[in-house]
Amino acid sequence: MIHMIDRRLNGKNKSAINRERFLRRFKGQIKEAVTRAVNGRSITDIERGEKVSIPVKDINEPGFAHASGGIWERVFPGNDRYSRGDEIDRPSGGDGAGGDGGAGNGGDGEDDFVFELSKEEFLEFFFDDLELPNLVKTQLKQSMVMKPVRAGFTSDGTPTNIHVLRSLRAALGRRIALSAGPLEELNTLQEQLDELLETQGERSQEVQTLQAIIRELKAKLVCIPYIDPFDLKYTNRVRVPKPTTQAVMFCIMDVSGSMDEAKKDIAKRFFILLYLFLVRAYEKIEVVFIRHHTQATEVNEHDFFHARDTGGTVVSSALKLAKRIIDERYPDADWNIYVAQASDGDNWDSDSPQCRQLLSTEIMPLLQYYAYVEITEGEPQNLWFEYEKVAEQNTHFTMRRIRNPSEIWPIFKELFKKVSARGGA
Amino acid sequence: MSANTRQKKTRAKKILSVGSEWSFELIDDYYREIARVAKGFGLDTYPNQLEVISAEQMMDAYASVGMPVMYNHWSYGKHFLSTQKSYQRGAMGLAYEIVINSSPCIAYLMEENTMTMQALVIAHAAFGHNSFFKGNYLFRSWTDATAIIDYLVFAKNYIAQCEQRYGEDKVEELLDSCHALMNYGVDRYKRPQKLSLSLELAKQSERANYQQSQINELWRTIPKRIEEEETHEESRFPSEPQENLLYFIEKYAPLLAPWQREIVRIIRKIAQYFYPQRQTQVMNEGWATFWHYTLLNQLYDEGLVDDAFMLEFLHSHTNVVFQQPVTSKWFNGINPYALGFAMFRDLRRICEEPTDEDKAWFPDLVYTDWKKTLDFAMRNFKDESFILQYLSPKLMREFRFFAILDDDYLPKLKVAAIHDDAGYLDIRQKLADQYNLAGREPNIQVYEANTQGDRSLTLRHYQYQRRPLGNSVHEVLRHISRLWGFSVKLESVDEKNRILLSYECKLEKRGG
Repeated sequence: MIHMIDRRLNGKNKSAINRERFLRRFKGQIKEAVTRAVNGRSITDIERGEKVSIPVKDINEPGFAHASGGIWERVFPGNDRYSRGDEIDRPSGGDGAGGDGGAGNGGDGEDDFVFELSKEEFLEFFFDDLELPNLVKTQLKQSMVMKPVRAGFTSDGTPTNIHVLRSLRAALGRRIALSAGPLEELNTLQEQLDELLETQGERSQEVQTLQAIIRELKAKLVCIPYIDPFDLKYTNRVRVPKPTTQAVMFCIMDVSGSMDEAKKDIAKRFFILLYLFLVRAYEKIEVVFIRHHTQATEVNEHDFFHARDTGGTVVSSALKLAKRIIDERYPDADWNIYVAQASDGDNWDSDSPQCRQLLSTEIMPLLQYYAYVEITEGEPQNLWFEYEKVAEQNTHFTMRRIRNPSEIWPIFKELFKKVSARGGA
Repeated sequence: MSANTRQKKTRAKKILSVGSEWSFELIDDYYREIARVAKGFGLDTYPNQLEVISAEQMMDAYASVGMPVMYNHWSYGKHFLSTQKSYQRGAMGLAYEIVINSSPCIAYLMEENTMTMQALVIAHAAFGHNSFFKGNYLFRSWTDATAIIDYLVFAKNYIAQCEQRYGEDKVEELLDSCHALMNYGVDRYKRPQKLSLSLELAKQSERANYQQSQINELWRTIPKRIEEEETHEESRFPSEPQENLLYFIEKYAPLLAPWQREIVRIIRKIAQYFYPQRQTQVMNEGWATFWHYTLLNQLYDEGLVDDAFMLEFLHSHTNVVFQQPVTSKWFNGINPYALGFAMFRDLRRICEEPTDEDKAWFPDLVYTDWKKTLDFAMRNFKDESFILQYLSPKLMREFRFFAILDDDYLPKLKVAAIHDDAGYLDIRQKLADQYNLAGREPNIQVYEANTQGDRSLTLRHYQYQRRPLGNSVHEVLRHISRLWGFSVKLESVDEKNRILLSYECKLEKRGG
């Protein structure tokens, strides 16, 4: 007998450690690639793996090797034209005739080393400088929350899931089915016996035979088991994605002249992070982009991040537009509404109180959450102070000033608590 | 029984299986039949262990150079990623590549394979490669199949402990440097000691103490200020050039900690284990391919497998043994499967049905028992000597071999020999040379360790056919100086020992 081992059930990820080490070693290059990818992707398209390429010369492991030069005598197969003594022009490329089988010519890596980052790895790199706590990273990288629901009955399962009523019902059915034939036979024989007994005595041969057959039949009927493994029915549960409601996320950004590329980039990460949070809590998410300077417009994502305007800033215009969109398309009874606003804090002085007014009375009651980030090096201005008043009255209003991406996280702390508390309910 | 008589024998036996599905019972049936046939041909093997694995696990195996246990290192992650990529693109199948030279010999069966492919793997790996590992002289003298798995487990654990104790980065650096010298970790002309785990462990601590004392002895002399360069041949250390760089470093590097020496030793031992494989690729693959071909044909002749099985098998087989001509854009050197398989088959032909040409070229071989002749060839040669001994003119004609002289002193390439009467010997010699390690890898040896002065290490590159070193030399020197702890020089010398070129990697003296 040959010694055979089925290893298929062993861990598949023997290489996981080495893979992780490779990624760590080339963290710099991979991070750049991920950053490039994030810039090129839309907010709602963050959760994919990514092809990453690294120049081969960076990852080569060196070893002593010959370069071309000196004397090489190589033997090749497939001669279709040459005779001894023929001379051939050197092929351009400086290498001998048509490449050599592995003698290694110092390896001028023209090709890039290309490999696939998985979704989890991609997010890992994306989160990297956001300085998220580990718990949050794992939560974020998890996919759909699954919830077991009952789905009828199956005929196999674990003993704990045996469904007594169904099992007994099945047993009864089986007993009826198996005993129907013999019972009918028994009844007819019984009738015959009764008739015979009227005409003949107990001792007659025919009566004896009939009685024997009847005994046999009765024995057969007794043998039908009361319950059989075959009857067992188990409660069946299947895992389905947890049903949740829908959410809409408003991204509001100031695009006046003072918002430069770096600030927009921080804003984008902020929006992405919020989106990732919401994706985990809701099945359906819509994103609405509102950009404003002195007037607000609803735009698509590309224009949202890539167009620049000049001019002043009137924040309330964006809030009014958001309110109008909510009234028209996202009634708060059906939608969980989140607003994320990024700005550099500039606003017309007279407009800021109006913003507070709008928020406190009209908008905040409709929302799950409002996150405001002010991306600036400077001192807080009047908008900030007005917003502080809003925050005092509303627990679901958060505001932060950030100078670099790692400061985005604290904003989410609270939000995350809320979302996971909702998710756990 | 002679499998060569291709007439259909009485097909009395029952066909083993129909269709492509495999099951454990079927594998067992096939294995038994293949083993019976192999025994009939006189193949001598280690016991076998077949492991059924998934495609992903096969990629894991590829990534760790085919070993079932291996220490962790980023480079294996790199291999994994590239394997995964080419596998997903469909650029490569993972059919029957991996078999482990150990006792029991481990062969992997992939669950995606058809029954035919499983039978092919069993014949190829569990009998072909397995008997080669057990029989070939290089493997017999350089590796100990019974100890390797235990040794790898020990190595993995030891390196993992070092990582915990000294930090992953330090260990990784050290491994990187050792890997750069992996091909310079054997004494080609000394018989190594066999690997044995129990001895290894017993000696470990003893060795550390002893080595430290030796090193102290060697470096004890307080450096004197020497005005003029001393070049006393007799006082040079080492007195003879040493070709085993890793061994020299393990023994004499002045600043390595005992655990670092131990790791250098581990890498050296593992390199030694792979050393025979680098020199017997053509033979090893040729032998395994020849035997899967012969064994499965035998099953067919006995009526144990049907035509569908044979068609699938031959389709896979011919793909493996195809040699692209040099003019093809897919040409990628000489295919070892093709050359090896052709040579073993040709050898059998010479024994059984020699032509007049064969009688002139191989008078000792014609009409001998082919099984004995092939067995002798498998046992006593490596690629280089095997080709030199057995490549026949008929094969050179079939492959249409020709030799190109590429001499950088000449303006043009020159056709030095082709497959004709005048060229056979020449071609054979040159092809054998192509498999000679000295031609493949630069010959680099430790020339001097300066024990009196600046403690620098001098290596020498003995040029072969005036071939220069590739650019990677600078990086490798950096690795060596990291191991050595002081500056490292490398001199390229010609056959008259004149120095043509010098490289140097300077390390600033450490404080303290």
